[in-house]
Amino acid sequence: MLAYILRRLLYAIPILIGVNLLTFALFFVVNTPDDMARLQLGAKHVTPEAIERWKAEHGYDKPLMLNAAATGSARLTDTIFFQHSAAMFVFEFGKGDDGRSIGNEIRTRMGPSLAIALPVFVIGLMVNVTFALLMVFFRATYLDLWGVVLCVVLMSISGLFYIIAGQYFIAKLWNLLPISGFAGGIDGIRFILLPVLVGVVAGIGGGARWYRTIFLEEIGKDYVRTARAKGLGEVRVLFRHVLKNGMIPILTGAVVVMPLLFMGSLITESFFGIPGLGSYTIDAIQAQDFAVVRAMVFLGSFLYIVGLILTDISYSLVDPRVRLQ
Amino acid sequence: MSAAFNFMPVILWTDALIFALLAAVLVLVWLIRRQEHLRAPWRGVAQRPMAMGAALVLSVFVVIGLLDSLHYRAKLPDSPADAPQYSVEVLSVFDALVEGLRTRQEKTYSAPLAMQLYAKEFVQREGVTVRDYPRLQHGGAHLAHADERLPDIAGRALAGAAQGALAGLLVFAGLAVWQARRSQVSVGTWLAAWRGGRLGWPARTVVLMVTAMLMLGGALMQLAAGYHVFGTDKVGQDVLYISLKSIRTGLVIGTLTTLVTLPLAIGFGIAAGYFRGWVDDVIQYIYTVLNSIPGVLLIAAMILIVQVYIESNAALFDTAAARADIRLLALCLIMGVTSWTGLARLLRGESLKLRTLDYVEAARAFGVSHARIISRHIFPNVFHLVLIAMVLDFSGLVLAEAVLSYVGVGVDPSMYSWGNMINGARLELAREPVVWWQLVAAFAFMFTLVLAANLFADGVRDAFDPRLGGRL
Repeated sequence: MLAYILRRLLYAIPILIGVNLLTFALFFVVNTPDDMARLQLGAKHVTPEAIERWKAEHGYDKPLMLNAAATGSARLTDTIFFQHSAAMFVFEFGKGDDGRSIGNEIRTRMGPSLAIALPVFVIGLMVNVTFALLMVFFRATYLDLWGVVLCVVLMSISGLFYIIAGQYFIAKLWNLLPISGFAGGIDGIRFILLPVLVGVVAGIGGGARWYRTIFLEEIGKDYVRTARAKGLGEVRVLFRHVLKNGMIPILTGAVVVMPLLFMGSLITESFFGIPGLGSYTIDAIQAQDFAVVRAMVFLGSFLYIVGLILTDISYSLVDPRVRLQ
Repeated sequence: MSAAFNFMPVILWTDALIFALLAAVLVLVWLIRRQEHLRAPWRGVAQRPMAMGAALVLSVFVVIGLLDSLHYRAKLPDSPADAPQYSVEVLSVFDALVEGLRTRQEKTYSAPLAMQLYAKEFVQREGVTVRDYPRLQHGGAHLAHADERLPDIAGRALAGAAQGALAGLLVFAGLAVWQARRSQVSVGTWLAAWRGGRLGWPARTVVLMVTAMLMLGGALMQLAAGYHVFGTDKVGQDVLYISLKSIRTGLVIGTLTTLVTLPLAIGFGIAAGYFRGWVDDVIQYIYTVLNSIPGVLLIAAMILIVQVYIESNAALFDTAAARADIRLLALCLIMGVTSWTGLARLLRGESLKLRTLDYVEAARAFGVSHARIISRHIFPNVFHLVLIAMVLDFSGLVLAEAVLSYVGVGVDPSMYSWGNMINGARLELAREPVVWWQLVAAFAFMFTLVLAANLFADGVRDAFDPRLGGRL
């Protein structure tokens, strides 16, 4: 087991290197630091000196990969690649355009992101499984048919609509919850309720329909027939057998996104004014703060790979037939 | 070259690709019609009432999108005949058809079907300056008094619906006569079979849907002639017109992106599964790397680059439309590059299974070349997966456009799109009274298209997926 995890971790390194090279190519080779400076400074202030000054301020005034002017190991280390891309492997993200340390921002913003994303994930999973089981229980009846149609309808509504409608009706018109904002501690719960509610509702359509197909596939299997043959009631069959086995693909599918919960949701956080990583990212994209975008790309890929490894491990934990080697 | 015409055709990049795609689809349809085993699943799709109804709605969207893809620049009226000059504004055939919607501009916001502006202004009335809601220039301009508005709206809606119903009846009569003659029965027999639903295809649904759509269209047309059905936006443009223009953007994103996705997914997916070994390792490495980067961030990074390119090469694009168009194309390319991984993984798994089957082994033993095995034995057996993924992805892409436009990395801000409409209108909800119609129009159009696409995709999946075997 330990050897397996270790090997998977080693396998993750080339992927992270690939991500790093790709972002380096996108941000520094295709789009040169000069272009960045021009975009940042705006059309009015573009002079060669201003560009040089901007590059020096951000540490982009070095050669890309190889510093021919330096000697010794500095030939490789005194470059943009080493200082801005390779440094990410030890989670050295540098500073954003506002001069604040990106690493610090990430640490303080993870909490608020999790405060929204985790409840959405957990409650959403429970709600979706419940709806899916209900549809499976009433399968091949009109209730099931209309349940599926309702799911398709819910899926077809833009995620932005859920947020805007939720904010408008629940917060503005009926004054039940605050429109946006965030606070720590117990007081913060009233801010969290609306985004969580919206997040859960927005996910029902796709989630419940998908889980329904998983349960339906499970219900056609032999062990279910055996369970019925020995006289178990439909409810018992569903909860004792189908639910347990159906949860294997559902949970392992969920594990891969779990680390990504730290990243938060771009749209939700930005609409509800949550000071999390999602709104940090969206602000960085809109302000064209390349350092932050690069850091978030690396962080996102890192968390995704962690999720992949966790998925493999969770397979072996929930399904004893799977052996890791 | 076109001195004889009073317009100059403009072929934007996405126009060319859309019509190339249309041609490809027509060729595919022709090929499928000739082969019974290819036709059978499509007949299955055609037997599903839900899928057929969705297909009808989709076809309306597609026709509008295609008409909106025939672009031209009108000749300036006072330019000399031997050296014609053309307007910088790029219009489409669809614009020409709904000329009135495009040109009947108001000053600023007005509510749906209103005859007054949204905001009060100082107006001259019988020599006295009063602060009141000014009348609209076009919306309800034919009315003498505000009391006539509601009866007029009801009358127009009813008249339009009646005309639509009449047209629907004519279509139905034509269909009945044609079909009865084709199957050599009397019209009465055919009608009885129609009513009983015994025609082998959901003729009842089709007739009802066509009639309903004609009635809706008729009512809309009647109302749009005298009012702004969905109101006007901040600069006084008709919201119905903007929503209709946005159809093309949605369709382009949904279809051209898949066009980029397909070669990558099919090529890499089948190659990885079929050749295994180092080819598989390399391809898996590529798609794990691409997959691990959060999609929005990758799109954002690439769009920023395209923006820099467009800004530094402004001379390449002669009109604003061409500039917006190249950004739309770039967006499709980028979304395609970031979204092929899911289908590729699916195809890899399927090819891994297929390559061990006896007939593939036999083909290999006979010395059939790899290319031939893949094209004759592997590809036809995974084609249903490709098709299902294509129709399923479409709706997701249309929805993604709105989100990306909100983040600021979607289509060009000057382009008509539902994402831009939502983005521009969402802050207006804070106004008092609320400006809701832009949002509602954008969401309604997007919802209709996505729902129709989803229902159609469901029909296609059920008919093609051999695992379901026709049940459900």
